[in-house]
Amino acid sequence: MSIRIFVPIDSGALSVGANEVAKAIAAEAAKRGIDIELVRNGSRGLYWLEPLVEVDAHAGRLAYGPVTVEDVPALFDAGFVDGGMHRLGHGLTEHIPFLAGQERLTFQRVGITAPLSLDDYLAHGGFAGLTQAITLDGAAIVKAVTDSGLRGRGGAAFPTGIKWNTVLNTAGSQKYVVCNADEGDSGTFSDRMLMEGDPFCLIEGMAIAGLAVGATQGYIYLRSEYPHAFKTLKAAIELARAAGWLGADVAGSGRAFELEVRLGAGAYICGEETAMLESLEGKRGIVRFKPPLPAIQGLFGKPTVINNVMSFAAVPLILAKGAAFYRDYGMGRSHGTLPFQLAGNLRHPGLVEKAFGITLRELLLDYGGGSASGRPIRAVQVGGPLGAFVPESQFDVPLDYETYAAMGAMIGHGGIVAFDDTADMARLARYAMEFCATESCGKCTPCRIGSTRGVEVIDRIIAGEAREANLDLLDSLCDTLLHGSLCALGGMAPYPVKSALKHFPEDFGVEPVTAE
Amino acid sequence: MPQATVTPPPLSDAQHAAIRQAVESHQSLPGALLPILHAIQDALGWVPAEAVPVIAGALNLSRAEVHGVISFYHHFHTAPTGRTVVQVCRAESCQAKGGELLEAHAKTLLGVDWHGTTADGTVTLEPVYCLGNCACSPAIQVGDEILGRMSCARFDAVIAGLREEVAA
Repeated sequence: MSIRIFVPIDSGALSVGANEVAKAIAAEAAKRGIDIELVRNGSRGLYWLEPLVEVDAHAGRLAYGPVTVEDVPALFDAGFVDGGMHRLGHGLTEHIPFLAGQERLTFQRVGITAPLSLDDYLAHGGFAGLTQAITLDGAAIVKAVTDSGLRGRGGAAFPTGIKWNTVLNTAGSQKYVVCNADEGDSGTFSDRMLMEGDPFCLIEGMAIAGLAVGATQGYIYLRSEYPHAFKTLKAAIELARAAGWLGADVAGSGRAFELEVRLGAGAYICGEETAMLESLEGKRGIVRFKPPLPAIQGLFGKPTVINNVMSFAAVPLILAKGAAFYRDYGMGRSHGTLPFQLAGNLRHPGLVEKAFGITLRELLLDYGGGSASGRPIRAVQVGGPLGAFVPESQFDVPLDYETYAAMGAMIGHGGIVAFDDTADMARLARYAMEFCATESCGKCTPCRIGSTRGVEVIDRIIAGEAREANLDLLDSLCDTLLHGSLCALGGMAPYPVKSALKHFPEDFGVEPVTAE
Repeated sequence: MPQATVTPPPLSDAQHAAIRQAVESHQSLPGALLPILHAIQDALGWVPAEAVPVIAGALNLSRAEVHGVISFYHHFHTAPTGRTVVQVCRAESCQAKGGELLEAHAKTLLGVDWHGTTADGTVTLEPVYCLGNCACSPAIQVGDEILGRMSCARFDAVIAGLREEVAA
């Protein structure tokens, strides 16, 4: 029997040479007359080890990484196809501490299966949720999602079940399910990993949503920066349709659900749900006023469920294992798990799915392994480019939606970007305003003009020009953005600015206040 | 949006045909405009001004509406780019791993600022705000290919490779 060797096809792994390594392994095996079956899996999320090659040994899968093309002959010399020892060896993948300590629910299959293998998907519990859902009526599916405590994983943390219930109870000749896969938050990549590594999971979650609310058409709005995810999703949708999991008669239920992927075009604002709807309709991605809520008047004016990739991907498991199973993870009102994404200056960047309640210190040190540079971690931006900078004194606060909100920060989509002590927080604050100015849709004045003025004021503060007066001005400008913007882009751009100023005033040339 | 300093040459018959083809094969989709623009850019590498009236006619929109959409999105080029578009990520995770140094190096090596095209027409340099490859920062995208753990030395090699392709 041939030996199965896994080389990821995830775009992160590809970005560091996984295709070349896969080719080298195939060529070397052929040269040595060794019968192997090369499987292209998703990424396990241990990115510092990518390309991470796994060998299917009797006791489980053995990990080797990071493998370069040059390492391949030596790996064969060491007999890695039979689990031979090599300096790149890490033993059983599942026992690597980074992975062993995780609670992988949404990511249960990512990195394990071949992304486009329906057989793999079914063999690892796939479509159990949809199979369960077709035995229920819409209200019962919505109840399961509500009872699970699942909240929107895109960042706003709105209860998913309540949103679905609104769509279910709104009459409409046509309803839609739209997946927000415009993962624009810097420092985040969990949506991409799942779409590339386990695309059927997203398809299944969206089909369940369609059955729940009576929607027959779904769209995945994918950012154009994800070309690999685009190809994978399109292929997966075709396969799912051919196998009867999508189409006019979903899994023999007699109910229809069609799905299509649409590409965005490089506009961060299209991650805001109403701007995304405009974009899907073929317009400029300009934010809409709310109300009306998209659940009542969404895509093409019809009732629409909009959720993030991670929210939909959590749903199959909730249906398959029951609401209580999912709800029992987490703390307070933050139920379930969140796939945290460790990035920036860390030794071990990657994906860590854990129940809410874990602390930043655990994530940064126990999983992230501390800074890559070996210097102290000074600040951590949590929740994307509009998230607050968290100083070391707050590293022990549990990651829970309410607790974070109470300290003026947000968990958002779970992106965690670490900076060491060489980071210039004034420059980062300036960058936040610059980013807001670049990406503003222009509809509301505080965001459109305020962000540009913000860059200028910060420049003056950095230059030491009338510092006190300009600090007052910046404070007042941040207030205007916070309270006067139409959506979260302008409304949250002050978070990184104010947190940088509060926790790292010395970078702005301001004497730190000793007592808070 | 970046605009070319020189007026692009008139379109060939094949380019006109590609525009018509892109419009005809997508115009019946709900919300067809972005799929049409993607199809045109995929075929031609940019979205020429000549495409605007064709699209507007097919979708029953004003030319201003079509132009407004094209100019809103960073992804669409309204002038021909260099042979390869190289995007350098400017987002926070890449900054934390020396991205600013890489940005400066890229600009110096290529002798252009953001949105500029090298004199030999090989490369157009674009900023990008996150490629979703944050665990392998700093990241760049070369054409359709994403490259991680980018160093200044590796960047030089990538650009040299692109120039060799042209020379070959």
